[in-house]
Amino acid sequence: MASVRMLLEKPWLWSFVGAVLVWVATVAFTGGYGAGGMVTAALSLAVFTVIVGIGQMFVITLGPGNVDLSLPANIGLASAVAMKAMGGSDSMIVVGLLAALACGAAIGAINYLLIWALRIPPIIATLSASFIIQSVDISYGRGLQIKPPPGFADFTNWQVMGIPVLAMLTVVFTVAAALALQRMIYGRSVLAIGQNIRAAWLAGVNVGRIRFLTYTLCGALGGIDGALLAGYFRGANVDIGNEYLLASIAVVVIGGTSVAGGKANVPGVWGAGLFLVLLLTMLNTFGVSAGVRLVLTGLIIVGVITAAGGEKAVR
Amino acid sequence: MTALAPGTLPKSSPRGNAARARMLRSLLPALSLALVLMAIAWLNPRAISYFGFNLMLNLAIPIALATIAQMFVIAGNELDLSIGTFVGFVGCVTATWLRDAPLIGVAVLLGSIGVYALLGALIHLRNLPSIVVTLGMSFVWQGLAILILPKPGGKAPDWLLAIMSFKPPYIPFPILAALLIAAIVHFGLMRTSYGVILRGSGGNAAALRRAGWSLLKTKIVLFALTGLFGVLSGMALIGITTSADANIGNGYTLLSIAGVILGGGEFVGGRVSPIGAVIGALTLALAASPLLTFMHIPPDWQVAANGAILIIVLAARVLISRRER
Repeated sequence: MASVRMLLEKPWLWSFVGAVLVWVATVAFTGGYGAGGMVTAALSLAVFTVIVGIGQMFVITLGPGNVDLSLPANIGLASAVAMKAMGGSDSMIVVGLLAALACGAAIGAINYLLIWALRIPPIIATLSASFIIQSVDISYGRGLQIKPPPGFADFTNWQVMGIPVLAMLTVVFTVAAALALQRMIYGRSVLAIGQNIRAAWLAGVNVGRIRFLTYTLCGALGGIDGALLAGYFRGANVDIGNEYLLASIAVVVIGGTSVAGGKANVPGVWGAGLFLVLLLTMLNTFGVSAGVRLVLTGLIIVGVITAAGGEKAVR
Repeated sequence: MTALAPGTLPKSSPRGNAARARMLRSLLPALSLALVLMAIAWLNPRAISYFGFNLMLNLAIPIALATIAQMFVIAGNELDLSIGTFVGFVGCVTATWLRDAPLIGVAVLLGSIGVYALLGALIHLRNLPSIVVTLGMSFVWQGLAILILPKPGGKAPDWLLAIMSFKPPYIPFPILAALLIAAIVHFGLMRTSYGVILRGSGGNAAALRRAGWSLLKTKIVLFALTGLFGVLSGMALIGITTSADANIGNGYTLLSIAGVILGGGEFVGGRVSPIGAVIGALTLALAASPLLTFMHIPPDWQVAANGAILIIVLAARVLISRRER
């Protein structure tokens, strides 16, 4: 009994419950048709949200006002950089991935440089950076029609017994992220800064370095995500990352991470990512129009946030 | 720096220095606008004329109104990431119902302001992060806009077209409108006693609550004002473009935040400036397209220009603030 109550108190549980409910509703609608295929599709799409969601989670955990608004622009640019570096040949896949990673990490580092040098709120810093990155991408990626190398495209779509390999790798990555958060000095420092930046500083945490690492990590994850998206959707695109601004923030919050910082939740990111993707699948299955789908998605996100409620103000 | 009335302030006293830095800081928005204007005048002197301003500042009115809308939520330490799609939604209502069935149109627009007020209440009562709530709402407004106007089209009501193409003597209409907006909001927010309370809700909410003011009410009023100015922005936009599109306002979310910050606003502490916000919006409107066109920079870099201006002005602000210490 006590263990059940403990389980119920886990904030990430609800996102998985939501995901299962949405799945059951859809399967009931189709009469059981395509139940397995839906899980496969949901897993392969949720991967992209989870990867950026983890990065955004670390940033948001740093405390109030910390959020990376440059992710969509970052993903767009990295997708173009990756495709250009790969140039459609299988032998360059690793080089392309590294290029996207470096591009994303550089953007993250620049973000923190702006925050640190101009002492401005991260929202404005990442916003200004995203304006500039977006223009670089439009200019650099114009008419870029390079297809991903066949090997890379196959890899991003590779499934073993109905489970996307990319999803398995992402599970391994999220486990590593959870360990880093709870068991490593880096993760503990992030949590400490989010709970009380001054106390963390007095306790000897190198606040500047940890924040720098976190923004760089988030940028790098955005970069990798861009490369993978370009592989999955067979081509780079300026708008490829647009939906990931809302998605990355939404999965973090729905997954039980505190927006006030200092409390992070890794499993919840997966639950929320699956929930959002399955929700879209459900609305598509029900055959609603694009307008209704957008309205319902928005209302459900607002509803979930309202139900989850905010923290009691600490101040 | 010494050009600023060196005789009137006591020499090198710390308080004098601080006052000078603060004054410089509050002049920064106006200085950046002047700089952009000077650059335009140097590149193309003919642009500085009645018709030139009418053309260049064509879209400045809706941008200024959206910026003011954003300023109200920022005054209460919140952020509205849905203002862009809301402006688009209002645009679609204006180009369809407001023309064909004015009563329904007015009711819908008033209702949408009511939705904003409700959001303010919800955010306060449940202590929700406004970023997430408004991000969710941005989907709702966008979806509604697509439902109202699936394809670009519609037509602005004639009276709206007449207002927006008004040509006053000597002063170009956008400048007149900007002055009017800035003056009205400045008076309401900075010079009335309830305006002080509204800003105080962002500055020190606990003190206000102890003094007996309802924080729920201030939040509702701030969000309703955001809705009101969002509606005005959408209507002004359609009055200029004459027809609507569900995505017409999408860029306004980021522009409006940038405008508030350029105008000297801060994210926390209820420190905002209506006059600054309008100046910030004008600077962005001028710098994004006319300046770049005159400099023969391709339109690809328009968005980057906004980012660069933001960074330059914030850097200047940091330099000035160091002197303030």
